[in-house]
Amino acid sequence: MIRSVRRLAVVLGVLMFALLANLTYLQYFAAADMRAQPGNSRVLLEEYSRERGPILLGSTAIASSIPTQDQLKYLRQYSAGPLYAPATGFYSVVYGATGIERTENAVLAGSDDRFFVDRVQQLFAGRGVRGGAVRLTLNPAAQRAAYDGLAGRTGAVVAIDPRTGAILAMVSSPSFDPNKLSGHDAGAIRDAYDAYNSDPAKPMLNRPLAMTLPPGSTFKLVTAAAALETGRYQAITVVPGPASLKLPNTSKELNNWSGTACGPGGKTTFEDALAISCNTAFASIGLDVGADALRTQAEKFGFGTSFEVPLRAAASRFPADPDLPQTAMSAIGQFDVSATALQMAMVGAGIGDNGQVMSPYLVAQTLSPELAVLQNAEPTSFAQAMSPANSATLLAMMVGVVDHGTGSNARISGVSVGGKTGTAQTAPGQAPHAWFVGVAPADRPGSAEVAVAVVLQNGGGAAEVSGNKLAAPIAQAVMRAVLGR
Amino acid sequence: MSAGILTAPAPVPRYRQPTRRWTEAGLLVAAYAVGAAAYIQVDLAMLGKLATDTVPVLSVIAALLLLVHGAIRLLARWADPILVPAVATLNILGLAMIHRLDLAEIQRANRNGGVAPPPDVYSQLTWTALGIVLFIVVLVAVRDHRTLQRYTYTAMFLGLVLLLLPLAPIVGATVNGATLWVRFGGLSFQPGELAKILLTIFFAGYLTVTRDSLALVRTRVLGVGLPRGRDLGPLFVAWFVSLGVLVFERDLGTSLLFFGLFVALLYVATQRRSWLVLGAVLFITGAVLAYLSFGHVRLRVDVWLHPFADEADTSYQIAQSLYGFASGGMFGSGLGQGYPQLVPYAKSDFIVSAFGEELGLIGLMAMLVLYGVIVERGLRTAIACRDVFGTLLAAGLSISLGLQVFVVVGGVSRLIPLTGLTTPFLAQGGSSLVANWIAIGLLMRISDSARRPDAEAVALEDAPTQVVSL
Repeated sequence: MIRSVRRLAVVLGVLMFALLANLTYLQYFAAADMRAQPGNSRVLLEEYSRERGPILLGSTAIASSIPTQDQLKYLRQYSAGPLYAPATGFYSVVYGATGIERTENAVLAGSDDRFFVDRVQQLFAGRGVRGGAVRLTLNPAAQRAAYDGLAGRTGAVVAIDPRTGAILAMVSSPSFDPNKLSGHDAGAIRDAYDAYNSDPAKPMLNRPLAMTLPPGSTFKLVTAAAALETGRYQAITVVPGPASLKLPNTSKELNNWSGTACGPGGKTTFEDALAISCNTAFASIGLDVGADALRTQAEKFGFGTSFEVPLRAAASRFPADPDLPQTAMSAIGQFDVSATALQMAMVGAGIGDNGQVMSPYLVAQTLSPELAVLQNAEPTSFAQAMSPANSATLLAMMVGVVDHGTGSNARISGVSVGGKTGTAQTAPGQAPHAWFVGVAPADRPGSAEVAVAVVLQNGGGAAEVSGNKLAAPIAQAVMRAVLGR
Repeated sequence: MSAGILTAPAPVPRYRQPTRRWTEAGLLVAAYAVGAAAYIQVDLAMLGKLATDTVPVLSVIAALLLLVHGAIRLLARWADPILVPAVATLNILGLAMIHRLDLAEIQRANRNGGVAPPPDVYSQLTWTALGIVLFIVVLVAVRDHRTLQRYTYTAMFLGLVLLLLPLAPIVGATVNGATLWVRFGGLSFQPGELAKILLTIFFAGYLTVTRDSLALVRTRVLGVGLPRGRDLGPLFVAWFVSLGVLVFERDLGTSLLFFGLFVALLYVATQRRSWLVLGAVLFITGAVLAYLSFGHVRLRVDVWLHPFADEADTSYQIAQSLYGFASGGMFGSGLGQGYPQLVPYAKSDFIVSAFGEELGLIGLMAMLVLYGVIVERGLRTAIACRDVFGTLLAAGLSISLGLQVFVVVGGVSRLIPLTGLTTPFLAQGGSSLVANWIAIGLLMRISDSARRPDAEAVALEDAPTQVVSL
């Protein structure tokens, strides 16, 4: 009988092995699949049982987790909800996370691999896992200036540090309050979400990154850059500037806003054409350099690329294969040209930084729960959009726009400011979009500390002046906030 | 074996054999340390301080361990020193987990402003005490395990009555679809747990007597020697009884355990693999018949195959259990820091899943190895035992424990379809706890006689004569 008992012991051993193998599969290999099951409420409970790390501006938390008494142990709070909503996004039990809350979740939730040592320490210290912190590049004063400037209007502002690509301001108006979507009451969250979603003003749309609109005359900066890069244009080059330009192969005519010629005898200089935003001049320059050169130049500034800042921005667009009239219209930022506020700020930034376009970014630092630096942002060059000499010429031309051209409302006393207004026509009967792209200080090449783009959706009046009247003051306020003037 | 059965088992070499009682004492201290640490950790993780009743509960547990150890020194001083510490570790860990789930219920009630149900840990502790008392009673009452052989058919009769008692009117009760319970007044009991021990005694006694004829080979089919036709009778009886349990009491687990145990003991007694083959054929036939005929069996299988198909309803339990295991991962959340309360019946049927979540794969493996140790010590006792009845009884008790752990843990971790068995020593439930402590008492008694040096051994001639035969 001893032999058969031994054999049964082996059989029981095999059964035991099967149990252990199955548990190993279940708890190790299949664990990730189980966590991904929609019915698994543990993942959410675990996430909410941890102290999620804050989102910081400097040393101020704009998003932080505070302990509560209910089953979800921490509540996410946004100290200035709508102001920073386009950057922070929300962190919702019902709708998941958006914005930085989503893209930087691994750090904020403490699940990032770099926290392994930290987690082990916390394990032995008997504390729960805490999340790390994320520090943003936003400048609170600039953000506030842009938000206040947009108050009551529909639009977006993006400000960039031309030297690094750091995003200093990123504002959407109207905005939403992420606190209303990040509570613990699922019913209230659904109500708030539905209300925001059905609002025709689309408060949850991330306009600075996601809204592409025709850039209008601000695109003349790209056309000017393309012209300078051909080597055939200088600031004082004489260009045609008639009251109206007959578009090739059509019977249509392109008119200046003023209805008059841009200079005596229907001629003007290149720099004056930019200063007074002469449509006919830039349409003929566009025809002269050609669609391919325009597109190449636009792409060097970032058109056609979907940047991740790390929030994904929409790609701005230059039409693929325009005919001659379309090329002429594209050269002045109409037809199928469309750009985000981020993109137009990058155009300003490139001109302000010796022609070098930096990749935009929003996260300055990631930090451990003890606020030790895990990673600093490393500014990277996206492209050399134009030669430093040409960029210096264009920057000086932009200063002319503000000093004695259409952008007078962007002037800051004691600071040399470069800029370009834009008023983009939309569908007939709708107000045009008012744009302004600014860069300062612009007294010498490479000295710029801020580039800003402002767009007011259907915000302008009927005339070219609306970019200056509506958008330029906001850009000026943002630049002053950054420069501390 | 034909020659072997006529002679006594080969004598074990005789030398001054230590009783190993101090080994047991040391291991019991370790068991207590592990269990108490778990209990305290639950408090610290969930309350930040000790619960008011923790010190009294831990004191009672310490007193019980002292009691059981003292009783073993007096009543079975040669018995295996590892069995009881292993069992005690699991028992105390079970108490700690039930305490942990009690606290979760209290916190939930506080949150919702409701009234917390009374803690279950007290009744489980009471049942533990009763189990240990009955363990001692077994050691006192059964001075020699061979006396049990006299009660072979009494055990069968009582075992069958207990097995069928839940079907009786008035006292029988159906809980969660399975008719396993007997209620007297406020007390409820699962008689199947005790029936398991009584039927093991019956199998051992019956096979001791009949194993010679059952071992006879009549015909050979495909190289497998088949028993005589009339010897197949008892196997079919066992098969029908276990099918009956499945059909009328809807208790898949007990049915499986009962039949598996009988076939395993047939094999041990006769050494004929043909019994295993026959048993397997009958088991598969029964399983297929049950699947085709009964909706509740089909449902169990469907839920096993597709645990996430009907998560809101039929497969809710198993899905939650799997989430618990997965959430625990390699190292577990730590006691008191997971969400085992999300699994229905976390204190009883799904307590293994609670441990998987909070102690992780590593902790659960350690606990399963403890079960492995218990079964291994039991089988070692069976091998060391000098009489056939003792060998069969020890093997039967160990195998049924091993099978039960496999069926339960395999069920909640979806290795096999879910059944209604309880996890020995861990799960909430008095009947199971008491019955398993009695089974350990019997194993200790057999082990005591197996390991006792000759000088102290009860002379074999004094053994009672077998009076019952077929």
